[in-house]
Amino acid sequence: MSTTPTYEAVIGLEVHAELLTATKIFCGCAARFGSEPNTDVCPVCAGFPGTLPVLNGKVVEFAIMTGLALHCDIAPRCKFDRKNYFYPDLPKGYQISQYDQPIATKGFLEVRVADATTRVGVHRVHMEEDAGKLVHVGAAGLAGAEYSLVDLNRAGVPLLEIVSEPDIRSSEEARAYMAELRLLLLTLGVNDGRMEEGSLRCDANVSVRPAGRAELGTRTEVKNLNSLRFLQKAIDFEIERQIRVLSEGGAVLQETRLWSEERQVTYAMRSKEEASDYRYFPEPDLSPLVIDSGWIADIRARMPELPAARRTRLVDLGLSSYEAGVLVDQGELAAAFDAAAKASAYPRAIATWLIKDVTRLLNEGKLRLAELPFQPEHLARLVDLVETRAITVAAARQVLAALVTEGKDPAALVAEMGLAAMADDAALREIIERILDAHQAQVAEFKAGKTKVVGFLTGQVMRQTQGRAQPQQVNALLEEALARR
Amino acid sequence: MSLDSARQIQARFACGEVSAQEILEASFARIDAMDDRVGAFLTLMRDRAMTRARDLDRRRASGEDCGVLAGVPVAIKDNLCTRGARTTCASRMLADFIPPYDATVVGRLEAAGAVIVGKTNLDEFAMGSSTENSALGRTRNPWDLGRVPGGSSGGSAAAVAAGMVPIALGSDTGGSIRQPAALCGVVGLKPTYGAVSRYGLIAFASSLDQVGPLTGSVEDAARVLRVISGPDPRDSTSLPQALALPERLEGSLRSLRVGLIAELDTDGVDPETRAAVQRAADWFARSGASVERVSLPAIDHGIAVYYLIATAEASANLARYDGVRYGWRADRSDLLGMYRQTRDQGFGPEVKRRIMLGTYALSAGYYEACYQQGQLVRSRLRQDFEAGFERFDLLLSPTSPQTAFALGEKVDDPLAMYLADVATVGANLAGIPALSLPCGFDSRGLPIGLQLMGPALSEARLLGAALAFEHAHDYAGRLPAAIAGPVQP
Ligand SMILES: [Zn+2]
Repeated sequence: MSTTPTYEAVIGLEVHAELLTATKIFCGCAARFGSEPNTDVCPVCAGFPGTLPVLNGKVVEFAIMTGLALHCDIAPRCKFDRKNYFYPDLPKGYQISQYDQPIATKGFLEVRVADATTRVGVHRVHMEEDAGKLVHVGAAGLAGAEYSLVDLNRAGVPLLEIVSEPDIRSSEEARAYMAELRLLLLTLGVNDGRMEEGSLRCDANVSVRPAGRAELGTRTEVKNLNSLRFLQKAIDFEIERQIRVLSEGGAVLQETRLWSEERQVTYAMRSKEEASDYRYFPEPDLSPLVIDSGWIADIRARMPELPAARRTRLVDLGLSSYEAGVLVDQGELAAAFDAAAKASAYPRAIATWLIKDVTRLLNEGKLRLAELPFQPEHLARLVDLVETRAITVAAARQVLAALVTEGKDPAALVAEMGLAAMADDAALREIIERILDAHQAQVAEFKAGKTKVVGFLTGQVMRQTQGRAQPQQVNALLEEALARR
Repeated sequence: MSLDSARQIQARFACGEVSAQEILEASFARIDAMDDRVGAFLTLMRDRAMTRARDLDRRRASGEDCGVLAGVPVAIKDNLCTRGARTTCASRMLADFIPPYDATVVGRLEAAGAVIVGKTNLDEFAMGSSTENSALGRTRNPWDLGRVPGGSSGGSAAAVAAGMVPIALGSDTGGSIRQPAALCGVVGLKPTYGAVSRYGLIAFASSLDQVGPLTGSVEDAARVLRVISGPDPRDSTSLPQALALPERLEGSLRSLRVGLIAELDTDGVDPETRAAVQRAADWFARSGASVERVSLPAIDHGIAVYYLIATAEASANLARYDGVRYGWRADRSDLLGMYRQTRDQGFGPEVKRRIMLGTYALSAGYYEACYQQGQLVRSRLRQDFEAGFERFDLLLSPTSPQTAFALGEKVDDPLAMYLADVATVGANLAGIPALSLPCGFDSRGLPIGLQLMGPALSEARLLGAALAFEHAHDYAGRLPAAIAGPVQP
């Protein structure tokens, strides 16, 4: 942390999450990423005269689900409002949003930084429609462009805006909040978590104040934070910048700033010529939304296990909180763990295999578990084989590679690859005697007190047995044999 | 002379006495003979209409039931979208706009066998009470070609009054069906808010707009309402239940409690109009109804509240006309300049005035005093009506404080024009049904309109009472003499 101890940072995050509904929020067009420009468009989402919005019930369901997961109060009755402004990507000249009656309020999210858990308040969650996209030709922005093209595929895609309380005090905490929120949305299946593609967006409100003072300093809004790393770096930069401005006797301007990854700085956006007055008023084309408690209960009953509960459960199964954290943070590992652990008496060993060897295999091959024929039950059986000493750890590693990519039964693979453990003392003794005969020099060294050569000799035996012998057993037999010489 | 009603036309078509093509040709013949003087239509849809008529004739020949409006020519106000046919809102902004979809009401009319002959003139974006705010043409009142037809559905009212079509659709935000119906001597009905789908109606003020019929008779109004009303999944504000409209309307007035609205029975109303309404009230009393004066104090604030709410909603509804996707676009290379010039050139003065009023009413610092206060008074007005309907089944008033005024008489005085809506805005603000029907003529031979209002979803009662009145008088279905003569200056 580069913050000097005399200042304290105050941070709040505004997150926009595109919802994974099949269709847009107010029409039947597909809500998806990557279609040809202006192909997922109809008169409603293009704002044609005479068209009217019809609310997609799935959006409300996702909003309620998210609100519940964030421990919010769900409003029994809320409404939509029009937010008025002109921009070429906004077909109606207003955005349908929720202004003074959001669907969910007063929640919190528990966030872990280092080993401490803190609670960040969630001020509100509301539903709104996304705008379209502009493609500028001849310049980076509208200003100076030779011409600009409008793509309305994204116009009307449902968004949740999730606004935190200004409870965050450091960039690490901000990053942890964003990571936990992302995981939560992924777990709920309401958002794909892709910050780089812009389907999960984050703006940070940052201010600093002398430590111990109650009132807030002037804040800036930092945008263009399309990864967790950028978020953290931009906030760090902004905190430092504001402290520098204040220490030099200056004043922080309330403005919107953008993070430049190239230059590693935040910079002020060209200010609009007038202060924006969005002239919100209730959307007359939509009736107020009434949410009965039965619907909420039904959604609550169908909610998946949330990350925090999952971590607790894994710790209760005997995993360390570190292991539980690693598995849960990568949802598919946790799912694989659950499936494998169900069929095994060794959950902790399964966790270790997933976190170390499986993860290494995936990283090496740039693979994703979901794309592979891997079956968690196979991992359970492999772990059983290792734990009952039917195969060695080294052999299991060889089996694992085939098991992950080919999805075969481990027992069959062991037989096929001839990797069953060599537990027969007599057979091992024979191999050891042969090796000692072939390495007279090393035997002499051992006799002269250089016990380190035992490692070398063990290695020779392991090589000879292709890793099928248990190292401890080899060690014991080898020492016996050396003693006899 | 009187023209056939939709009911008669449908009956003659259904029994094979006349073909849809013959009916349509007769309608176009009247339009061709008169519309250069009346100016009711902005666009005629001859090809689409003839194709439909031929199709109807073929279907009838094969024994098919073609619907309750089979073969009936219909005119559509040009703020209702018609697929493939330009829909202008009488604005330069949309002069070349061709919607890729039909309004729900247009689809329902065609499904019932109606044949759409064309699109009628209106005040630009339905903002006005004389149709003089049209950027695309002038409509004259068939009863006196030197006078306005009322507005904003002036073209639809004039087309029906002149006998060019038996029925037309209009839209009513603050009186835009009823006032021109009154000034043109036809029947006009604004249904309960939500009874008729707004999908495809180009919005002026979303919480007030409602589509409804203008017809030569009460029975035809009921017939059209049966066809166009009912829930629509594309309009979230359409009511989930269908209107209960019996096949035969109950024309009895016995034990009906009728209230004459005191605030609309004052010196502000033209004496001849006031006398005609009084005669109508007397007739109701003689026919078995009990009639009393009733005070609805909030009505006095109606116009002010209406212009706050309607303009606020309009300022947002009309934001989409920015030159980016459709409609008029100024030739400018910078965005702000394109926005400004497009809207400056595309909109007429009344539309600009209302956008500015509405923007102001929603602006920070004025929202509470304007828009929010307006909503407050609106709910008080709604309560006033509800209280009134505890004591009365129907409320009576003039539709318009005066009969048709001269062309140009009020164009430079927007406030005077706004006051033309004094009797009608209440029903829109309260969301209740209201009907205007002819109740006499003034000394200049101009029709006078009587307004009936009832509680939400009481259309059957309104139409029943109106039918009884219509049967007892001979004001309906008359054709004006003026259109036979030369154009007056
Ligand atoms: Zn769409």
